[in-house]
Amino acid sequence: MDKTKLKQQALFMRTSLFDEGFLDEQFIQLEELQDDVNPNFVEEIVTLFYTDSVRLIYNIERALMSNPPNFTKLDDYMHQFKGSCSSIGAKKVKKECTRFSEYCATENFEGCFRTFQQINLEYSTLKKKLVTYFQVTTLILEKDKMKLRRLVEML
Amino acid sequence: MASQLHVLAVDDSLVDRKVIERLLKISSCKVTVVESGTRALQYLGLDGDDASLRFDTVKVNLIMTDYSMPGMTGYELLKKIKESSVFREIPVVIMSSENVLTRIDRCLEEGAEDFLLKPVTLSDVRRLKDFIVKGKVKEGEKISRKRMRSIDCSSPLSATCSPKSLPCDPSPSLLSTLSAKKARL
Repeated sequence: MDKTKLKQQALFMRTSLFDEGFLDEQFIQLEELQDDVNPNFVEEIVTLFYTDSVRLIYNIERALMSNPPNFTKLDDYMHQFKGSCSSIGAKKVKKECTRFSEYCATENFEGCFRTFQQINLEYSTLKKKLVTYFQVTTLILEKDKMKLRRLVEML
Repeated sequence: MASQLHVLAVDDSLVDRKVIERLLKISSCKVTVVESGTRALQYLGLDGDDASLRFDTVKVNLIMTDYSMPGMTGYELLKKIKESSVFREIPVVIMSSENVLTRIDRCLEEGAEDFLLKPVTLSDVRRLKDFIVKGKVKEGEKISRKRMRSIDCSSPLSATCSPKSLPCDPSPSLLSTLSAKKARL
């Protein structure tokens, strides 16, 4: 696909992610930390988030299985997970995390359990969208690199 | 003095450590990131022997720490730093995802320079850096003024040496900045 089309696609995807409420301002903050030396910083952080949060989610899952439920522990684990979501600008996931914490506060296990399903859903949806988005942005970067290499070879 | 500012950042979250490191590096700071209060104290040399007896104390211009951490909280770390004769003058900034007024008050009362709501932004870091650099400049001016005074007074031919009145510290602007920060939150 030619670069103009790729750029259009990337722009469309990025705009949708914000318009549909998947991402918030924090994602833009991360984009501002990118430069020519670190062009993949956002992708690196997002990848780190998805790798690191596996164990946080696992902790919450395990805690949900304990009988009687330990709401203090659940809230603790969720607080950690929510913090990470906040750091990458994962707006919808973060919203569900807040809901989960509210159910913890009222010791509503049913609410916690239902919300956790929602969290997982939003978490996976965002992951798919971001993976696709970064595939496109990486392609654009690759094309730029190739162009530069060809220019250098011509000199 | 063209040396870089050295910031020690403390956070138990891997993602947040990476972000704060990048924020600081992009702001031309030298960064050391650790994952806990215990590690921070180890790095500063406050974990065992009296640090004031060491010759090679590490030079840090600012400490930024997360509040909620397992083991030692940011507040506990803040207290330990303020108890140290070597490090108590270093500004400590607390970062937290929760906007709890009692928590903020507690930290500021314990001597925290500032309380930042997470996620920390580039403008937060820039503002902090400016504040620290200004402090260093003031320090440099005070020292050079002191030197000039001693040159005046040591001259045998000078009559009475009228000491210049130096501005006393802490500057009132610092106190108003603190209350302004509280008001902002």
